[in-house]
Amino acid sequence: MPRIGVFVCWCGSNIGGVLDCPAIAKEAASFPGVVFSTDYKYMCSDPGQNLIIEAIREHRLDRVVVASCSPRLHEETFRQVLRRAGLNPYFLEMANLREHCSWVHPHEQEAAQRKAVDIVRRAVAKAARLTPLSPGRIPVTKRCLIIGGGIAGIQAALDVADAGFEVVLVEREPTIGGNMVKLDKTFPTLDCSACINTPKMVAVAQHPRVKLYTYAQVEEVSGYIGNFKVRIRQKAKYVDHSKCTGCGTCWARCPVSVKDEFNLGLGERSAIYIPFPQAVPNKPVIDAAHCRQLTKGKCGVCAKVCPAKAVDYNQQDEIIEVDVGAIVVATGYGLFPWEKVYGEYGYGRYPDVISGMAFERLVNAAGPTGGKIQRPSDGKEPKTVVFIQCVGSRDEAKGKAYCSRICCMYTAKHAHQVLEKIPGARVYVFYIDVRTFGKGYEEFYRRVMEEGAVYIRGRVSKVFQEGSKLIVKGADTLLGEQVEIAADMVVLATGVTPAEGAHDLARMIGIPVDKDGFFQEAHPKLRPVETHTGGVFLAGACQGPKDIPDTVAQASGAAAKVCALLFKDELETNPMVSRVNEALCTGCLACQKVCPYRAIQEAVITERIPGQPPRERIVARVNEGLCQGCGACAVTCRAGAIDLKGFTNDQLLAEVDALCL
Amino acid sequence: MNKNGAAERENSTWQPKIVAFLCNWCSYAGADLAGVSRLKYPANVRIIRVPCSSRVNPQFILRAFQRGADGVLVAGCHPGDCHYVTGNYFTRRRLMLFKRLLEFTGFAPERLKVRWVSAAEGGRFAETIKEMVEELRDLGPNRVMREEK
Ligand SMILES: Cc1cc2nc3c(=O)[nH]c(=O)nc-3n(C[C@H](O)[C@H](O)[C@H](O)COP(=O)(O)OP(=O)(O)OC[C@H]3O[C@@H](n4cnc5c(N)ncnc54)[C@H](O)[C@@H]3O)c2cc1C
Ligand code: SF4
Ligand code: SF4
Repeated sequence: MPRIGVFVCWCGSNIGGVLDCPAIAKEAASFPGVVFSTDYKYMCSDPGQNLIIEAIREHRLDRVVVASCSPRLHEETFRQVLRRAGLNPYFLEMANLREHCSWVHPHEQEAAQRKAVDIVRRAVAKAARLTPLSPGRIPVTKRCLIIGGGIAGIQAALDVADAGFEVVLVEREPTIGGNMVKLDKTFPTLDCSACINTPKMVAVAQHPRVKLYTYAQVEEVSGYIGNFKVRIRQKAKYVDHSKCTGCGTCWARCPVSVKDEFNLGLGERSAIYIPFPQAVPNKPVIDAAHCRQLTKGKCGVCAKVCPAKAVDYNQQDEIIEVDVGAIVVATGYGLFPWEKVYGEYGYGRYPDVISGMAFERLVNAAGPTGGKIQRPSDGKEPKTVVFIQCVGSRDEAKGKAYCSRICCMYTAKHAHQVLEKIPGARVYVFYIDVRTFGKGYEEFYRRVMEEGAVYIRGRVSKVFQEGSKLIVKGADTLLGEQVEIAADMVVLATGVTPAEGAHDLARMIGIPVDKDGFFQEAHPKLRPVETHTGGVFLAGACQGPKDIPDTVAQASGAAAKVCALLFKDELETNPMVSRVNEALCTGCLACQKVCPYRAIQEAVITERIPGQPPRERIVARVNEGLCQGCGACAVTCRAGAIDLKGFTNDQLLAEVDALCL
Repeated sequence: MNKNGAAERENSTWQPKIVAFLCNWCSYAGADLAGVSRLKYPANVRIIRVPCSSRVNPQFILRAFQRGADGVLVAGCHPGDCHYVTGNYFTRRRLMLFKRLLEFTGFAPERLKVRWVSAAEGGRFAETIKEMVEELRDLGPNRVMREEK
């Protein structure tokens, strides 16, 4: 008979304020197998942990039930406590009194108290049936995959590579740099974005331990922490980059001209192109959809003029396979498609209503106008500019309840840029509230107001064209008046959304997304760069809207986590894997078909039955290195020959019984 | 509404008992989020953590009904989002069949619910429990499958 100890935690008032913890402990003392039970204010604290260790020693406990918060939070903490007390760490079972009881039923204390007792009874029933488990060991591949080459991916790549590990950096665009290289100046310091970003782009591309794949996409991720297998599709560039010198002859002579996505359609590019002059790599790709040679078989100019003979119209996509031990997802963000939703701002019909990112390109010295702020419609300098904040943020009507966190600041930056570059300009900003949360941000916002930007608290109800003017109608809710402004240009602070394709990528890797589609971190406060999938980390705006300082900080955090993982030669595996009872197995291998990890293999055993010649028989066998412990096989097996350690049939049935008393 | 249930509702000291099997990665986390967000829902549910919804053997569900559960919830990640890639597809097929079997034997299939609740859907978890409690109140206690004790 096991000797079970029950430890009921108050979690301060989180549990203790709703449930009567001493009463729970008292009741638990009568459950079968329980030889000791007590309650304490904070079980996870140092004295709480010591209390458990002492009780284990004093009462010769060999199974421990901690009734506290979610096991998803502290199971590992308490397993370590058992280990320190000399017990097998898997002799622990937790009862979730906080997330599943006190926090959700404060309104019916009596029912909650009964439920709490049931929860503890369930845990005790399971604890009585726990068996010691010991993890296996697997080797770690000392290489890291980073998906997305924005500032987040670049920073993480540099940090991991500088620590001595190999990095594979995959970017789907023809250049790295992400959204940050499109920006002109960066708030609040107004330093030039390219000046701080492009040197890092070059450093990462030249780093001896970084293998950079641009114009490439991750197509398949399999395996598990320490041992991922990744398939990367290198899209055909139609230019052999080992021969190309980046001289530029080709794109100067290409006869095609299409709208340029890097400049948000404000400029044009050829079919063989680099996205912008400082691109990394600084060598062109051919846009197959627009190249006349590739679509119609007529042209071939670039191949003819290329002095290095680098153009190759027959190039094919290539598949690259790499093994990595860790993955950092740094795929960044997209911008809210206001043109599809905001009828009141003209659905993108008026050329002089533009997005904040388009404004960045307009004001950028390397942009389509050389940094002159001009109206897209007629190239004139706008004298009156209206900015509208929260377009697609904090707007439940459009399905986006969240704040995009950067728009207040970039709008203030844009307002400053207009006032600085256009003498006598008038600037109006419509806002709901201004949120300037970062270091130096509030000061920056005040400065812009002092420079003359007029902030109007209220929503804009309509924007429409009248002659060459855009009429902006809105409310000033502080003055309680309607306002109408005749503007030359309107700039919308469009909110941040997850990058295109983020959900597909999440599925491929097996990580969850949150309700808004951003990647879900393992814990918002305590594990902000990890995911619930071991070995997969997050960096930058892919986890939620972020400015550059926060992005870079998180990227370095992710890199530190990667290094901590790659420094290890071996990892312990999850011992909660399935096991075949070969005596019961009929060899039907139905289990093999449901296993997503191909962990079940066919084995031949020799059976000796007394008085008969030895007989060979097929059975299923589990590869513990591959099994991830889902248990699908255990349910499939009709002979009941497979069971999942840590979640056995016997344990689960005992839990059911304990709950249905 | 069945007559039995209506009667039970009248002298309503009876509370339906729900056993919920929640997958560790999505639905258990969803229930945790309901807690973190302090969403209130009725205290009728008792949760059992499983690694994946595909770990739930119909035998466990039967046992719960036999021992006196009035309703059983099996919840896992949304199809396509399973932590173990394909586990919830097995759950869906298996439990769909099992539900038909329950129906065939004359047992109210509404007592078994299979739901997809992601780690971000604390609200959906709370709503599911509220909904089940309402429905079970109408159905009344499970007497068909229950072993006499
Ligand atoms: C108008 C505007 C102005 C701004 N101004 C400022 C400012 O002044 N100061 C400031 O601090 N912040 C500013 N920001 C915010 C800043 O842009 C972000 O903080 C920063 O770019 C986030 O970096 P990231 O690397 O996380 O994402 P991104 O820059 O979006 O980079 C992600 C990269 O991943 C790639 N990618 C996406 N999906 C995949 C995939 N499946 N496979 C491979 N690659 C993929 C993308 O092509 C991209 O290169 C501004 C934002 C906007 C919209
Ligand atoms: S002309 Fe040839 S070498 Fe020069 S940039 Fe084009 S492809 Fe490269
Ligand atoms: S528990 Fe899941 S991963 Fe392990 S062998 Fe069974 S089906 Fe495969």
